[in-house]
Amino acid sequence: MLKYTLQRILYMIFVFFVITFMCFVLVRMLPPPRLPPEDPHTEILELRREALGYNEPYLVQFWLFVKNLFTKFDWGLSEKLYFGRGVWEVFVEKLPATMVVNLYSILWTIPVGIALGIWAALKKNTWVDYTISTLTMVVISVPSFVYAFVIQYLLCFKLRLFPFVMKPGTDWLSWEMFKSIVPPILSLSFGVIAGFTRTTRAELTEVLTSEFMLLARTKGLTKTQATVRHALRNCFVVIVPGIFGEFIGILGGSLIIEKIFAIPGVGALTLNAINGRDYNIFMLSTCFYTAIGLAAGLVVDISYGFIDPRIRMGSKK
Amino acid sequence: MEYEKIPAEQFRFVQENEKLHDIALQTKSRGFFADAMLRFRKNKSSVIAAWILLILILYSIVAPMLSPYNVRDKDDLYINYPPYVRSIAEMKLGFLDGATVMNGQGEASMDYWRGIAEETGFDPVLKIVGTHESQVMNRGKLVTRYTFDIEVNSFWSLGMVMRALSYKEFQNIQDWQNETGIQVIYPYVESSAINGLTDRPNIWYKCDSKGNAVLDKDGNFVPVYCNDPSKAGAEYNSLRIPGDDGSYVYGYGKSGAVQCRLFYYNYYIYKTGHEPMYIMGTNSVGQDIFCGIGVGARFSLLFALLVSAINLTIGAIYGAIEGYYGGWVDMTLERVSDILSGVPFVVVTTLFQLHLAQKVGVVGSFLFAFVLTGWIGMAALTRRQFYRFKGQEFILAARTLGASDKRLMFKHIFPNGIGSIITSCALVIPGVISSETSMTYLGIVNLQDFAGTTIGTLLSQGNSAVTTAPHAALYPSIFLGLLMISFNLFGNGLRDAFNPTTRGIDD
Repeated sequence: MLKYTLQRILYMIFVFFVITFMCFVLVRMLPPPRLPPEDPHTEILELRREALGYNEPYLVQFWLFVKNLFTKFDWGLSEKLYFGRGVWEVFVEKLPATMVVNLYSILWTIPVGIALGIWAALKKNTWVDYTISTLTMVVISVPSFVYAFVIQYLLCFKLRLFPFVMKPGTDWLSWEMFKSIVPPILSLSFGVIAGFTRTTRAELTEVLTSEFMLLARTKGLTKTQATVRHALRNCFVVIVPGIFGEFIGILGGSLIIEKIFAIPGVGALTLNAINGRDYNIFMLSTCFYTAIGLAAGLVVDISYGFIDPRIRMGSKK
Repeated sequence: MEYEKIPAEQFRFVQENEKLHDIALQTKSRGFFADAMLRFRKNKSSVIAAWILLILILYSIVAPMLSPYNVRDKDDLYINYPPYVRSIAEMKLGFLDGATVMNGQGEASMDYWRGIAEETGFDPVLKIVGTHESQVMNRGKLVTRYTFDIEVNSFWSLGMVMRALSYKEFQNIQDWQNETGIQVIYPYVESSAINGLTDRPNIWYKCDSKGNAVLDKDGNFVPVYCNDPSKAGAEYNSLRIPGDDGSYVYGYGKSGAVQCRLFYYNYYIYKTGHEPMYIMGTNSVGQDIFCGIGVGARFSLLFALLVSAINLTIGAIYGAIEGYYGGWVDMTLERVSDILSGVPFVVVTTLFQLHLAQKVGVVGSFLFAFVLTGWIGMAALTRRQFYRFKGQEFILAARTLGASDKRLMFKHIFPNGIGSIITSCALVIPGVISSETSMTYLGIVNLQDFAGTTIGTLLSQGNSAVTTAPHAALYPSIFLGLLMISFNLFGNGLRDAFNPTTRGIDD
């Protein structure tokens, strides 16, 4: 298992570097933004560009980029949006907003999603199941910005329950802040709930029809006992890795939701960097999103092995 | 009945002089697709979804033809206006009447609306929703003031606009007025006559400096139209409003041009040749949403079909090679697809837009972005199918008979997996539409020059005015929601119908 984990991590790092290299070259191929001629930072930035090898071959540039990254954790300076400021510094500032919104969202969506899924599976082929399954299907299909619109219109405008956009400031855990991020939390939540409901229902119905459940009932367990001790444990083999993946995804956030609700988060920063052609920020965002995607996949894969003894034993052979 | 002593003549042979062999099936045999269709039809929700889908597709084809507008028609002033059709508005049914609610209209504002109604004959106030009474101290006396919440027809309440016309244009409008009998140009009002209010072209009556009407003793407006012929910029020989003794100035002289008060509703008819007819209202750039949704959906659907077709082909070939050859070929190709699938889609789209948009166009580079990573799912699916079938006996038999690799792959293995491959395509299309909408919504890809508009663009334009014009986001939202739901339900239905392992379970 340890060997398998290490192998996977090394492989992930390899993939990460290949992707970074490709994106790096593509970004550096673009003409760098013109610097304002009178700004005092301009000269420094030009010298920096020289030092970063802007006129050298791409491999040399990439080597310098990686070297700076490993020795000084230097992601470069913002050349447009936050003129002259360190990209990493800006980025870290933006991280909490994204994390707070997503954390609240998954904290309540995962339990609700799983509970609905279990309910639907236990009541299979009754109206409860049909209602939940149909709603899940409907909810999962509709994109999040449609929810955002409905929530903004109904809750924020008609009922005036919440403010339209996120409150500025850094008091992430205050009540006022929580109130102002309820709309984005809700918009993000529907999809996640539906996803977990669907997985749980599918998994649990399959487990419930398997033969060991029949055995459990025949040896005298009540239905509740059999479900909780045998069925649920087995269906969590699939659900728990999903939860881990979702937790990693907290960092990523959603570009669209952050744009609509003016959340000063990573997604909004990425979007601004794209529209404002700030390549150093864009490069950092690219690495960040790539790393999150890869890490989520990795965690899901490895946690399967930890949770399910069959997979763990299988890998030893 | 007596069963014990049955006489011998009662017995006869079951089959005498008959050959013993299997009897051919009496029922008509049913093919794979026919069977799948039968199973699909049993799934009620998928059938309904298929019908809705058909209606939506028809909408996208027909709507841009039915709408009097082109998607590139943008009106300067009818911006974020609610749905309106003249004939239905006159029935007073409460919808399609261009109604917006205006709260807290004081008595001065009510005079303003009355002014428009009296001058143009179009009463913009549809109904009074609520009346508020308040006591205000005014010059030491307690006065009762009323404010009203009213529903206003936005198209009519716009009223007059000031425009500087060239002499030729001025004459053209006059000719048109004579021909149709519709009054576009109304008598000019000098701003000095209405206490210097330059920003309110709708005031034509005597008023104080705040715009409150000063009524005569009968409670009527006192017109203050310009009637000094020396100020006329050009000759006017067309329709005159009632009450005009022939001295009112319609075209006010301005260096090289004629300044006019135009009734915008009629001016619009003059410009476009028809009355405004916005079944779903207009958006923040003055486009007809009814037409916009159709055009956007048309693009989305075609684009999604194209993307799916390309990805299906690439993915099938790639997956076939991976699955069939296995070993180091599989290893290498898997690494490549691992790397490509790790790149976030936003990054791919952005980089392709930055690099290729100038060379192959926005749509081309967007298509490349989809193709770069889109085929991976399909390849994985095909690969699994190939691993499942390639070890089976019929493949060994075919190989023994000397079939080539190509023949084995595409004649023997591929058709076995085709059911699941095709049905996954039905679920790929909504995925593509969803990503495409997100990217255009975010403005990372701008397709307005190519396609006119897209659902994503319409939604983002609508979202900029959620409170003032909810209809602008509502209709695209409904359309997109329905499209995605019905596509997914339809795709799920197809998948279940084509999947032989579920056969018999749900019967």
